[in-house]
Amino acid sequence: MKRFRFSQQEIVFAVFAVLFLAFSIFLRGFLTPENMLTLLQNVAVLGILGLAMAIVVIGRGIDISLIAALAVPPGLVLQMVQDGHSLTASLLTAVLLTIAFGLINGWLIAYAEVPSLFATLATGLLLAGLGQAALFQLDVVQWSDGMAGFERLGQGTMLGIPSSIVMFAIACIVVAFLLRRTRWGAYIYAIGDNPYAARVTGIPSRPIIVLQYAVAALIGCFAGLVMAASVNSMPTRIFNSTLIYDVILVVVLGGIGLSGGRGGVLNVIIGTLLIGTMLNGMTIMDISYAGQNLIKGVVLLLAVITDSFLNPRNEETAQQGDI
Amino acid sequence: MKRVIRTAKILVATLGLAAIAGPALAQKGLDEPFQKPFKEALAGKTVAYVPVAMNFDLTEGWYAGLKKELEPFGVKFEIRDPNWNTNAGAQAVTSLISEKPAVMVIHNPDVQTYAKLLQRAENEGIYVIQINMGSAYRSSAFVGANWIEIGEKDTEAVVKACQGKSNKIAIVQGALSAAASAYTLKGVENVLAKHPEIKVVSSQAADWDAAKAKAITQTVLKQNPDLCGIVGFWDGMDIGTAAAVKEAGLTGKVFVATSGGGERKGACELVKSGAFDLNLSYDVPTQAAQMAGTIKWLLSSGAKAGSVKGSEYTTLIPITKENADSQTACWNLSDLKK
Repeated sequence: MKRFRFSQQEIVFAVFAVLFLAFSIFLRGFLTPENMLTLLQNVAVLGILGLAMAIVVIGRGIDISLIAALAVPPGLVLQMVQDGHSLTASLLTAVLLTIAFGLINGWLIAYAEVPSLFATLATGLLLAGLGQAALFQLDVVQWSDGMAGFERLGQGTMLGIPSSIVMFAIACIVVAFLLRRTRWGAYIYAIGDNPYAARVTGIPSRPIIVLQYAVAALIGCFAGLVMAASVNSMPTRIFNSTLIYDVILVVVLGGIGLSGGRGGVLNVIIGTLLIGTMLNGMTIMDISYAGQNLIKGVVLLLAVITDSFLNPRNEETAQQGDI
Repeated sequence: MKRVIRTAKILVATLGLAAIAGPALAQKGLDEPFQKPFKEALAGKTVAYVPVAMNFDLTEGWYAGLKKELEPFGVKFEIRDPNWNTNAGAQAVTSLISEKPAVMVIHNPDVQTYAKLLQRAENEGIYVIQINMGSAYRSSAFVGANWIEIGEKDTEAVVKACQGKSNKIAIVQGALSAAASAYTLKGVENVLAKHPEIKVVSSQAADWDAAKAKAITQTVLKQNPDLCGIVGFWDGMDIGTAAAVKEAGLTGKVFVATSGGGERKGACELVKSGAFDLNLSYDVPTQAAQMAGTIKWLLSSGAKAGSVKGSEYTTLIPITKENADSQTACWNLSDLKK
């Protein structure tokens, strides 16, 4: 008889389903189309960041500098426009900065062989510091008239759906295509699964890893632009917040193990939905800040503990390079 | 008649004499006995400034204002930027105590962390001036906004705007442990106690974070589209609150009250655009001038550190559509830095 095993993805989905059901029954105003859209809208940026992190984690890395990529290049766009540059020139500069940043990350990890955790920890600080010291006048870069029209990226609706959700959907489709339909995607899975085997079979591991971090940085920058458009400013000190932990949680909870080689866009969506449902429900119930943190912690712990019970580590899985 | 003429003659003569004698006296000059010791008391002294972080309108404004007032007198003005890290801030204050500047200007992230340190500093003979967010320890001077008053005035405005409407309001708090947030909340409660008809549908902390404030407000507005007002705790964060209101198409229908330092872009421009209906400004340049005044007075007084303790609460400027256009309601950081 085949023993039935739940994967973490299914456990998280079950937790999400139970929560969702309970909120729908007991919480007035939860299960309305408007609230569902708000729920998604509130976690859209987190979801986009989750996609960027997923690409890196599948390739058996981690990118702690993602929040710097979210904050600094979009902040630069707002600052440059404020200083009188055109929107196109500002966007182009920001994209170039982001690519350069991603390439540095990738080079450090792939060629200089610095562990991804430490490399991105340092480069993130570097970029955030650069932004604060040289690029911005103030931490919060305000929206200016030159940005008119660009706020549609994060505000308003497209075909009745809030635009930040549309952006998340677009990002999901692009990343899913990259991971599942391109050779590059297949290589990432191969490298994540077993980097040595991948190299032996002739996969150009190092360039692929560099590309991986460049793409992650670009997605991070995109998330930042959506966020800036959504709140009409770029609060660049978000770099100091705990957002990066939320991003890692979305990825890990969704079932993309830090050991690499597994998971995909669906996992990110599931992880994002769980976090979104919890935040939304607790806001409606008007639970205090401390209470929210407590509940978040308990639910997340439960999901992880259940997983380690149902899928105990053995020698094979323990060999994977967990962080 | 004769007498009148005689009197007039005497008067003219006296005036004439005075006209000759006056310049003679002025040519000698008179030494002002107090300015020299004042100058000596300031020259070469060090003033250290520890904000919660640089790079935002309030702390940059205080910095520029203090620099402008103190450096011409030969005061050395130093800055330690903890960049939102409370531990780094505590370390900065600790190391400053051993360096013994004459004055420390401290912006507390919360009411507890620095309290003991500030007491130690005053025992070591360093004057401590606390700015805007005070700690539990009362030092030589507190210069800043009266948060309870801000909470009361903002809430009164929201309650007034709610008259004849749903009476449902929301509160967007800052970081729970910060003095500014906790005291403002007390002010809000003071007013709500007098208005039992008002129903608070949500009161949550957004941690001074605009994105969080937006997410909370969005959810609250979806649940309560008939909301009539929001009390926000800081304009830097309430950009997000206002963005949510705007997105819901409720600008003008939901009264948004907040407070801040009154920098043009963050205050007047946003009031003009309709994002905020009321922004209580504690006018950062005036605060800086008051701090500088206090520092000059303390240094020149020779008073022992910790022997005098006082407070200077800022007079609030309510910024509304009526005065948002005026040149005086707000200030420009770029001008202040010049």
